[in-house]
Amino acid sequence: MSMLRVPSLEIVYLITGVLLIIGLKFLSSPARAKTGNLLAGIGMVLAVVVTGLDTRILNWTDIIIGALIGVPIGYFSARAVKMTAMPQMVALFNGAGGGAAALVASGEYLRLNAAHATTPGELVPILLSLIIGAVSFAGSLVAFAKLQELMTGRPVTYPGQQVVNALIVLAIVALCVLMLVGHATPPLFVAVAVLAALLGVVGVLPIGGADMPVVISLLNSFTGVAVAITGFVLGSTVLIISGTLVGASGTLLTMLMSKAMNRSLANVLFGAFGSAPKGGAAGAAAAGGGGPVRSASAEDVATLLAYSRSVIIAPGYGMAVAQAQHSVRELSAALEKRGVDVKFAIHPVAGRMPGHMNVLLAEANVPYSQLFEMDQINPEFEHTDVALVIGANDVTNPAARNVSNSPIYGMPILDVDKAANVIVLKRSMNPGFAGIDNPLYENPKCMMLFGDAKDSVSKLAAGVAAA
Amino acid sequence: MSERLLFELTVFILSIFVGFEVISKVPSMLHTPLMSATNAIHGIVVVGAMLVAGAAIGGEIGRTLGIAAMILATVNVVGGFAVTGRMLQMFKAKPTAPDPQAKKS
Repeated sequence: MSMLRVPSLEIVYLITGVLLIIGLKFLSSPARAKTGNLLAGIGMVLAVVVTGLDTRILNWTDIIIGALIGVPIGYFSARAVKMTAMPQMVALFNGAGGGAAALVASGEYLRLNAAHATTPGELVPILLSLIIGAVSFAGSLVAFAKLQELMTGRPVTYPGQQVVNALIVLAIVALCVLMLVGHATPPLFVAVAVLAALLGVVGVLPIGGADMPVVISLLNSFTGVAVAITGFVLGSTVLIISGTLVGASGTLLTMLMSKAMNRSLANVLFGAFGSAPKGGAAGAAAAGGGGPVRSASAEDVATLLAYSRSVIIAPGYGMAVAQAQHSVRELSAALEKRGVDVKFAIHPVAGRMPGHMNVLLAEANVPYSQLFEMDQINPEFEHTDVALVIGANDVTNPAARNVSNSPIYGMPILDVDKAANVIVLKRSMNPGFAGIDNPLYENPKCMMLFGDAKDSVSKLAAGVAAA
Repeated sequence: MSERLLFELTVFILSIFVGFEVISKVPSMLHTPLMSATNAIHGIVVVGAMLVAGAAIGGEIGRTLGIAAMILATVNVVGGFAVTGRMLQMFKAKPTAPDPQAKKS
C-alpha cells in the first residue's frame, strides 16, 4: 500500500515535518516556547486532515469511534492532572503512543498475513515497531505506577533477575528469527508482543523511583523510534521524520539527565539504584545514622530568615507533593519586602523531572530572574546567611561528595552545607526517594523544621511578615 | 535495496541529525515542557492509526486493533499537546509585578 503516494499529500506532510522541526526549535527558548507548541500543533492538524484524504481510507466508522473515545480521555485527563503529577501523566501519554505504534504494526501484519505477503523485508520493520512499542507501552505503565505510588517506588529486585531478563530478550530474538525464516504465524506474533510487553515491565521494575525521570525520557525516545519504524512499515515519511526527531532529541535529553546525576545510562538502567545501602544504615530505623539532629520551631526559623541578608531556597520534590510553591512565593515576597536577597537554587534533577521545579515555581509566579542553576549558584552558598532546603534530600546530600560507597557518590549536589546556616524543611526523618541517609542533618549548622512543607512555609511567611 | 527503502533511510538518518541539533541548547527549565512536547509529537502515530483503522482489514480482530490504535494515538496526541500547553501557560512573561492571587489552579 505504501506506493500509493499522492504528491500533493506528500507536500503537506513535508510542511508538517518542517513545522514540527521549527516548533521543537522554538520550544528551546522560554520566549518562543508557546509559539513552538502552536506550530507543532498546526503541523499535527495538517497531517491528520491530509491523511483523511488518503485513498487508503475506505471506512471512517472505526476512525471516528476511536477518536470519540480517545480525544476526550486525552483532553480531560490533561486538564485535570495536577502540576505535581505531570511526570506520570507524560509517562501515561507516552505509553499510549508506544501502544498505538505496536497496534499499527499489528494491523499491518494482519493485512500482510491475510494476503500471504509476509516477506522478511516487510516483517523486519513490523516486528521492530511491535517490540519497541510494546516495551515502551508496558514500561511506561510501570513508571506511572511507581510515580503514582500505586506500587513501591523502590527498586524491585530478586535473585537471577538479569538472567530472567536476558532469557526474555533471547526468546524474543529466537521467535523473530523463526518468523523471518518462514513461520510468520499469528500465534508467534502474539507471543513476541506479550514477551516484549513483559520485557518493558521487568526492565523498569528494578529501577528506583528517583531515576524515573531518566526512564520516562528514555521510553519517550523509544516511542519516537517505534513511530519512526512504523513510518517504514506504512511508507510514511511524516512518521519517519517526526518519530526520528523524537527518538534523537529524547535520547539526547536522556543523556543530559544521566549526566546531571553523574551516572552512565547503563548504570541507571542496570545498577538497581537504591538497593545498594542494604549493608549498613538503611530503612526507616536509620534516623540519619544516629548522630544528633537539631530541630527548630517555625518561629525560630522565621526570625533567623527575617534578620538575614541573603537566603537561598533549594526546593525539591517535597515542595511539589505538598503543593507548597505558592506559599514559597509568599515567603520569598515577605523576605524581599524586608530587603533580604532571595535566590532559588535549582538542581537539574530536583523533583521528578528536569525542570520540574521551574514549572512549579513559574506556576506560583516566581520570576525567572530569581531561579539559578546549580553551577551558577553553588559558589554563592559560602556568602549566604541561610540556605533553606524545602523537601529536597538527595540533591543536597554531602555523601555524594565524600562517601565513596554511597549509591549517589559523584553526583553533583547543591552545596547548601557551605551556607552559614542550613534549614531543612522535611516531613520526617525518613530517607529520601533514593533511600539514602543524609549526613547534612547531623551538621551542627543544620536545623530541621519538621512538618508538611506547605504548612511550615506558610508559618514561616507569616512569621517573617510579623517580625 | 529498493529505491523506496533507500529514500526512507536517507530521511531517517538526516532526521537523526536534525533531532540532535534542534534541541542541543535548551535551558533546563524547559526540559519538562520539551519532553512533554516531544511526547505530543510522537502522537503523529495517529496518522498510522487512521490508515489502519480506515483500511478495515482483518475482520473483527482487525477492527478492534484499528479502534484501539486510534484511541491510544488520540490520547497521546491530544493529551500531549494539552499538557504541554498547560505547562507553557505558566511561563508567562512577567514584565509587571507578579500577582500571586492570579492563579488558583
